[in-house]
Amino acid sequence: METKNVMIVGVGGQGSLLASKLLGRLLVDEGFDVKVSEVHGMSQRGGSVVTYVRFGDKVYSPVIEDGEADFIVSFEKIEAARYTQILKENGVVIVNTQQIDPMPVIIGATTYPENILDEMREKGINVDAIDALSLAQEAGSAKACNIVLMGRLAKYFDIDREKWLCAIEKCVKPQFVELNKKAFELGYNF
Amino acid sequence: MKQLLIGNAAVARGLYEAGCSLISSYPGTPSTEITEEFAKFDDAYCEWAPNEKVAMETAFGAALRGKRSACCMKHVGLNVAADPLFTMSYTGVNAGMVICVADDPGMHSSQNEQDSRHYAIAAKIPMLEPSDSQESLEFAKIAYEISEHFDTPVLLKMCTRVAHSQSIVETSERQYVEKPYEKNPQKYIMAPANAIRRHPFVEERTKALIEYAESSPLNRIEEGDGFHNFGIITSSTSYQYVKEVFGDSVSVLKLGMVNPLPVNLIKDFAAKVNQVYVIEELDPIIENHCKAFGIHVIGKDKFSILGEFSQKSIAKALDLEDKFSRSLDTEIPVRPPMMCAGCPHRGMYYVLAKNKITVLGDIGCYTLGAAPPLNALDMTLCMGASVSGIHGFNTAGGEECEKKTVCVIGDSTFMHSGITGLVNIAYNGSNSTVIILDNSITGMTGHQQNPTTGYNIKGDPAGKVNLEDLCHSIGINSVRVVDPYNLAECEQAVKEELEKCEPSVIISRRPCVLLKYVKPKKPLWVNAEKCKSCKRCMKFGCPAISFRDNHAVVDPTLCIGCGVCQQLCAFDAFESEGE
Repeated sequence: METKNVMIVGVGGQGSLLASKLLGRLLVDEGFDVKVSEVHGMSQRGGSVVTYVRFGDKVYSPVIEDGEADFIVSFEKIEAARYTQILKENGVVIVNTQQIDPMPVIIGATTYPENILDEMREKGINVDAIDALSLAQEAGSAKACNIVLMGRLAKYFDIDREKWLCAIEKCVKPQFVELNKKAFELGYNF
Repeated sequence: MKQLLIGNAAVARGLYEAGCSLISSYPGTPSTEITEEFAKFDDAYCEWAPNEKVAMETAFGAALRGKRSACCMKHVGLNVAADPLFTMSYTGVNAGMVICVADDPGMHSSQNEQDSRHYAIAAKIPMLEPSDSQESLEFAKIAYEISEHFDTPVLLKMCTRVAHSQSIVETSERQYVEKPYEKNPQKYIMAPANAIRRHPFVEERTKALIEYAESSPLNRIEEGDGFHNFGIITSSTSYQYVKEVFGDSVSVLKLGMVNPLPVNLIKDFAAKVNQVYVIEELDPIIENHCKAFGIHVIGKDKFSILGEFSQKSIAKALDLEDKFSRSLDTEIPVRPPMMCAGCPHRGMYYVLAKNKITVLGDIGCYTLGAAPPLNALDMTLCMGASVSGIHGFNTAGGEECEKKTVCVIGDSTFMHSGITGLVNIAYNGSNSTVIILDNSITGMTGHQQNPTTGYNIKGDPAGKVNLEDLCHSIGINSVRVVDPYNLAECEQAVKEELEKCEPSVIISRRPCVLLKYVKPKKPLWVNAEKCKSCKRCMKFGCPAISFRDNHAVVDPTLCIGCGVCQQLCAFDAFESEGE
């Protein structure tokens, strides 16, 4: 199987770590060779965060480069747009419609490009926009945005839904399993 | 058992399986998780030391006594520990000792891009360099064998991509190793008479290590299928990029041991191909080695000396076709890292920026005070340099300079290498004002305990340095503590201490808002009727405050109710819930 590439992007503190942990766990259990790469440190302080997840028969590079991503899963609107060049021609962008102003916008040095998803669609990009924050709140916690988005991603995967739910059980604390399963279902069925 | 581990966790597992009994480290991205993961094992000792030199000497002591040990640091930490490193090369070890050092090509979280391989060469110490998590685990174990067999500490070099990438590893059981301790002054007392006798041993050891490098499975040739007639010499994460681009279509000499380098192995490899490319991140170490032995290779002429590589950069350097890619017309605003909402550093920085104070900075979260809108810093060099530097700055600048210059340093960084600078200030009567930004944790690297927090790496109560007493005992008479959430108090303290004709220390004390025991207050909200759109609050740079529909708004998911913005606003527009 040709290596598949999923790029998870967001803002430091949004919980992309759990999303990549869940995905990594699932893919290892499915018998794939897997590499997950992220950069810790400075980027945690409210900056852009990027995680690469690659899986297939044999994966070498831990990073995803221009034109290689099958999926971009974005926790925030402009973070999806920031990495458009990474996407394959027929790649899919799953994006949480939440807007988080970066510091240059906050201090008025620049403006937030509100209609960026439309521009992406005009460029022929397959954009699957979802209000993950509201769905996460419906599931019981705003923090479950990450799992809502994983539920959405699961729609595009050839992996049994039960196996995703099983991976959730392995990755989150017991008291949060039900909440996260609900978040997953809301994303999946959106 | 098969599991996904980041390279650093795999190193920790490898050290553990090899019977490592002690790790002493100072945190530093991207090396921190090795020590944090090792601390999870209950049958081994693990600690945070005040700095890398102390850590390395502690680990040396354990190896001398007969237990396998390790210390871990980032590349610039090895500068701090260079003193013991060079002489440990002469003493060698008793039980094995591994020094894990993590480079940061691309400078994701570092102040420079230095290549640690230079240290291995200069100190004549073997260095292994894994390319994924499984190798990280295995190489950590092999490092101990090399250490004990060749009587040398061994460097295990990580880089950001190997340290922080997860790949599949298989783990095994822990073994136990212990060597008897015997007094041996000729070997362990490095006074001139003994050191003169040890130096020839080091040179002989290097020859033996080169022999080992020629045939060790750490260095291997992967024959290509003949599609390309050139060959590639590579190591570390670059190897993964090479395989990503070429698969089996090219012959590869993959080096797992990067010091000392083999000679005949490289010559044999070069003889089998038409052209040799050396693909290594940062400096041309392998390339220059090849050239010194008359082997024609192409390296930095094609592959950058700057930053990280990737499959794309390698393909591009070799003129392979670009993949399909598209970009948007709209420019996307950058999202730089910043101090958190409620960060205690921000209040002090606001006061310093408002009063146009020159601020010599240091290494930590508070380096982010350099960013707009505060633009509070004038200098950041290395750990501790703020405290040493201000003395030189003020001595050169004279009285006028002394009255408008401070330095800022965090609690952990002050423990690391700020104390000696403060000793110099007190000893030489420098009229300097030092601000210790005490947020009661090592913040930037992800919340590690340090000697001022009162807890050890396992979270158990531990010795606690009292900063006030320490400063007094050094000879600083003017020491005062302020709350950075209180702007008036901070401003008064800064003005008064700058006026004094003596050295002084201001401890700006409030714990990091991300600490679990810090309970956030209810978020504030902006009363739009009171807000006069003056934008004074926007100069504060709090990520929870933004400007919409011509007045300030507070993001309730970010605001922790610190209340500093209430002190800033002349119109009392920031209100607490219920008001």
